Amino acid sequence: MSESHLSGTGKTVGVLALQGGVSEHAETLRGLGAEVVLVKKAEQLQGLDALVLPGGESSTIDRLTRILGVRDALKSAISGGLPTLGTCAGLIMLAREIDDPAPGQQSLGVLDISVGRNAFGSQVDSAEALLEWRTPAGEVLPVKTAFIRAPRVSSVGEGVEVTARYRGEIVGVRAGNVIGISFHPELTGDTTVHEELLGLA
Amino acid sequence: MTETKDFNENITGSPLVKRGLADMLKGGVIMDVVTPEQAKIAEDAGAVAVMALERVPADIRAQGGVARMSDPDMIEGIIDAVSIPVMAKARIGHFVEAQILEALKVDYIDESEVLSPADYVNHIDKQGFKVPFVCGATNLGEALRRIAEGAAMIRSKGEAGTGDVSEATKHIRTIKTQIAELQALYAVSPDLLYVKAKELAAPYDIVLEVARTGKLPVVLFTAGGVATPADAAMMMQLGADGVFVGSGIFKSGNPEARAKAIVKATAQFEDPMAVADASRGLGEAMVGINVADLPAPHRLAERGW
Repeated sequence: MSESHLSGTGKTVGVLALQGGVSEHAETLRGLGAEVVLVKKAEQLQGLDALVLPGGESSTIDRLTRILGVRDALKSAISGGLPTLGTCAGLIMLAREIDDPAPGQQSLGVLDISVGRNAFGSQVDSAEALLEWRTPAGEVLPVKTAFIRAPRVSSVGEGVEVTARYRGEIVGVRAGNVIGISFHPELTGDTTVHEELLGLA
Repeated sequence: MTETKDFNENITGSPLVKRGLADMLKGGVIMDVVTPEQAKIAEDAGAVAVMALERVPADIRAQGGVARMSDPDMIEGIIDAVSIPVMAKARIGHFVEAQILEALKVDYIDESEVLSPADYVNHIDKQGFKVPFVCGATNLGEALRRIAEGAAMIRSKGEAGTGDVSEATKHIRTIKTQIAELQALYAVSPDLLYVKAKELAAPYDIVLEVARTGKLPVVLFTAGGVATPADAAMMMQLGADGVFVGSGIFKSGNPEARAKAIVKATAQFEDPMAVADASRGLGEAMVGINVADLPAPHRLAERGW
C-alpha cells in the first residue's frame, strides 16, 4: 500500500505532551502517515488538523495545563471544532463533570458527559480486553485494547453517542468531532479509533 | 442512545497491562511519602504517583537497623487518602512482602535496595504476580536481568537518601550509553550480540530486542539523590522517562513549594527559563551527604545482583 492510501497522509495531528503515554500515540499516528506535533505550548495548537489528549495521570495533566497556560487555548480549539480524541486521562479532561476529582482538579468541560475516575479498581484489575466499537456509519468493529486504572462514563448528555461498553459501563463516546474513550488502543496497536479521528480531520 | 455490548473477555496481569501503567507515568514525578498528609501534599503538587513508606531513605540512613516493608495500616491509610497510584517497597528477594503488598492492592511494588535485602542471591520472581514491579539498576545488564524476572519498569538507582545526584547521573548515563553501544553493534555485526549477552549476564532475546529498538522494553525512570528542579530537569535531559524523588521533598524547608517546582521542571525540562522560574524561592534544599564520604558498606546502590 502506498503512503497516499494511509488515513493520516497530509494531516498534522497534535498530541498534548505534558505528561503520560505521549510517544505511543505519536507512533500510532505516524504509522498512519500523519505528521505529529508534540503540543506543550498554546501556539502549537495553530494549524492542526486533529488533536489527541493522551492517557496519564489526569490530576497531573490538569495541573500542568494551568501552570503552562495551555488550558484556555485547548478549550477554545476543541469547542471550535478541532477533531479531538481523548483517551483515559484525556477522556477525563474532556468531560463536563468529574464525579470524584482530586482536590482542586478541573476538566475542560467540552464534552457533555460525567466521568468517574479509576472506576474498574486498582492496577491489579487493569486488563486487556476485546471490545465492540460502533462506527459513525453504525458498523460494529472489534477493538483490541487495554484498560489501565480506567475511568468510566457515568452519564451522557443529549447528542452524545455511546460507542463502546465494558463490564456494563460506558467506555466510549462520540459527539460531533470529539471522541472520548476510557481505554488505550495505542498500547495494543489497534488503529480503529485513530483512523476514525483522522477521518474527521 | 445506541447500544453496544462488550465481549467480557479480559486478561489481567499481562506484561502489556503491567508495563502500560508505567507508560502512563512518563514525564511525571513519583514522590516518597510517609503519612496520608504528605501523600495529599504530593497529589496536590501534581505527583503522578506516591511511594508509601515508613521512613524516607535519609532517615533509614540516619537511624540504621534493618529496614523492612511498611505496616499495612500505614499503606492502606495512604491508599485511602489519594486518588493517584500508590507504590510500596518490598525487600529484595522478599516474595512474601510482595504477596502482602499485592493483597493490599498497591498499584506498583518497588523491589528496593533502600530496604535491607532479604535474599543475597535471588530477586523476587516477578512474572507470577498480577501487580507490576519496578526495580533499580546501575547498568544495562542489571536492568535486563530484572526485566527477565518480570520487572515492568526500571529506575536507575542513584544513591538514595543523600541529596547527591552524582550517582543518579552515573547510572542513567551508563544505561543509556550501553544501549547506544548495543544499537551500534546491531548495525554492524549482530553476530557479536551473543557474547555481548554473556558479558551483560542477561538473556540473549532481551539483549537483541534492546539492540534492535535502541531502548529498554519498559519505561526507565531515574532515582536516588534528586533534590532540586534542576536535578530533575537534568535527569530528563539525560533521557529518563520520569523521576522518583525520595527524601528530597519532605526533608526540605518547604515541601509544598518544592514538590510543585520539581513537577514543573520535569514537564518543562528543555526550557531553562521555566526551570529557572521553578527554582526561585524554594528555601532550604535537603542538607545532603556527599556520596564520596559514604563508606562502601553504606552505599545502597551496591545492593542487588
